[in-house]
Amino acid sequence: MDDLIAARSQMALSMAFHIIFACIGMVMPFFMATSHYKYLKTNDYHQKELTKAWSRGVAIFFVTGAVSGTMLSFELGLLWPEFMLHAGPIFGMPFSLEGTAFFIEAIALGFYLYGWDRFNKWFHWFTGVVVGLSGLASGILVVAANGWMNSPTGFDYVDGKYINIDPIAALFNDAWFTQALHMSLAAFAATGFAVAGIHALMLINGKNKVFHWKAFRIAIVYGGIAALLQPISGDISAKDIAVRQPAKLAAMEAHFETSKSASLLIGGIPDVENKEVNYGIKIPGALSFLAHGDFEKEVIGLDQFPEDEQPPVMITHFAFQIMVGLGMIMMGLSVLYFFSTWKKEYWQEKRWFLWLFVLATPLGFMAVEAGWTVTELGRQPWIIYGFMKTKDALTPIPGIQVSFMIFTAVYVSLSAIVSFLLYRQIKSLPNMEGEQPIVNQSSTQH
Amino acid sequence: MLYVVIAFLCLAILMYLLLGGADFGAGIVELITPGAVREKVRTITYSTIGPIWEANHMWLIIAIVILFVGFPPIYTMLSVHLHIPLVLMLLGIIGRGTAFIFRHYDAVKDDMQRVYNLIFTYSSFITPFFLGVIAGAMVSGQIDPNAPDFYSAYIGSWLHLFSISVGIFTVAICGFLAAVFLIGEVEDEAIKALFIQRAKVLTFLTFISGGFVFLAAEIDGLSLTKERFTDWVSLSFLILATVCLVILWKYLRTGHKTICRLLAGFQITLILGSFGYHYFPDFIIVKSGENLSLFNSAALGLPIETLGWALLLGSLLILPSLFYLIYSFQRRPAEL
Repeated sequence: MDDLIAARSQMALSMAFHIIFACIGMVMPFFMATSHYKYLKTNDYHQKELTKAWSRGVAIFFVTGAVSGTMLSFELGLLWPEFMLHAGPIFGMPFSLEGTAFFIEAIALGFYLYGWDRFNKWFHWFTGVVVGLSGLASGILVVAANGWMNSPTGFDYVDGKYINIDPIAALFNDAWFTQALHMSLAAFAATGFAVAGIHALMLINGKNKVFHWKAFRIAIVYGGIAALLQPISGDISAKDIAVRQPAKLAAMEAHFETSKSASLLIGGIPDVENKEVNYGIKIPGALSFLAHGDFEKEVIGLDQFPEDEQPPVMITHFAFQIMVGLGMIMMGLSVLYFFSTWKKEYWQEKRWFLWLFVLATPLGFMAVEAGWTVTELGRQPWIIYGFMKTKDALTPIPGIQVSFMIFTAVYVSLSAIVSFLLYRQIKSLPNMEGEQPIVNQSSTQH
Repeated sequence: MLYVVIAFLCLAILMYLLLGGADFGAGIVELITPGAVREKVRTITYSTIGPIWEANHMWLIIAIVILFVGFPPIYTMLSVHLHIPLVLMLLGIIGRGTAFIFRHYDAVKDDMQRVYNLIFTYSSFITPFFLGVIAGAMVSGQIDPNAPDFYSAYIGSWLHLFSISVGIFTVAICGFLAAVFLIGEVEDEAIKALFIQRAKVLTFLTFISGGFVFLAAEIDGLSLTKERFTDWVSLSFLILATVCLVILWKYLRTGHKTICRLLAGFQITLILGSFGYHYFPDFIIVKSGENLSLFNSAALGLPIETLGWALLLGSLLILPSLFYLIYSFQRRPAEL
């Protein structure tokens, strides 16, 4: 493994790890605030317990997301100093705003976690909402920074120098909106399905059924709506990169030759050497339609790019197929949930129904990882698309393999500990059957 | 606007040293507390720093973002030549942050607690140590952009007596800050006496390790002492800091909470101020070539302008809510 591959692997691993915690840390506060709202409105004992249980989850995930995010802010320089030297001032705007959002999130979390029975109850609830909103804002800002790497703007490149820097223009680069929308929906869908899946498993186990049903419903409504909206955002993204990063689209679709009325490829194994695809299903004209809204239009293929400017086709294509496939499954499950709520409520009592959601627990996060693989690998060999290659940004210090191994060990152990903690948290939930207080407390507190 | 950004950078570094430092110090105090009362110390630590500890560490992020947006050559130089201590510091940050939360949120309190405690206390020591090493390396003049070999480029840049002495000094400062801070939170007289005693030991250590920094500078051939004693402003800062220390010793006896805290904070501010004033505007002293200063490294023009505005607007949101958070939990510590 050479230093470049080691550095890229370390970065990929760090991002892959961070994104899971970042997603949960930014979405779960919304679940928590929802159950908290229901508790404040109805004084439902289960909703209060649920809020507290979820807030413990938020604390664990937030801290893991925060430390892995801190690491990333250093790793950018530790691994890609040449990139940061030039890019820092240009795409720094979202990071400086994100610093504020993140800080607010940490403060609000302090108020929220330790604020029970201490502040006005609606102020306390509001701090929980602020945790979610500032987390979401952080996520959008960081994705906007990534958008800039895909769609660099806000500077002039003259004789190898980056001059006339405009950080605001860089923040509102062409990719920020499509990427941020896609990622935000993905975070809601992934977290919603993961949380719903865990509670579905608890429902199958049969303890605290009422409690877990309430949890399941909140999570699946958020996740389901996001999963249903995601294809729209995906379509916007596809049309955007068809124009902005045609090489990425070509790699995603293993589209080797530029052609009119290009066909959409489903599945298939790309044969990069012979520039063809085996075993795939081809839908004629569909790629042209998805990319440009016209079945006849030309879609640029990889042949338009010199060999050394082509992204890796195999992994990008597979990752894209996986992302879309998993998205479809989640969309189907969302339809199933909403349909059953509307027409066939008794389905929800069935074991097969719950098992479907249990099996879907990791799907959202697998799709998120696959999606980031598409974005990042699809941009290669560039770190700043069209301006700087990844290999030219690499740190001069040798032996990155060692650091890659250390970081791998850290992330693996952290994942193990977090799963272990979560397991213990869920296992130690008290038995809540029939513990609903008979006296309505809010009516006695006037 | 450059001065606004520089002011925020100084503020972020100072706040991280004071608040984050007191946080690390809590782990160090735990490390040097006899086993019998450790559990109590843990409880006190948690209830006082629990609500604000996340926020304390945000200052590091703010400082790092200011560096890479506003002063990219500095950020890059640090990342390349101090790669190794930075990675070690990061490992400390991860270990500490997660262990602190994990030990509280583990639903079952069993032997795992011992693992968390071990990670928490040792990483509380490692992180400020390497933070100090990095700070020391920055002004040691051993960072060489034109280094010919691996050792002088990536190891010799930080592995020398002076940087290590600054690392030890930083650890002592953190422990000292935490001990002074925790005294005010204890009700139990026996533990209070223990904390006062620990605070004294740590004050003493701060003093000794501070002297050692100068000694190490002499041994390493840095002209720190001579320069310092001709720079009257930074010298008077140091003298004032020492005076504070003497007053602090007197008040530690009576255990007056607010005065002790203010004095401790003021003293650390003076020490940092003395260093800062002495080197300003230089940020990294290099072995060959031009030193990196806050002026010659600044990304002047729109990057600094927008960064300044972002920081100003951000502080309007952050500072009031942060003060309210600290105030709320100062009045009544969190219950467990």
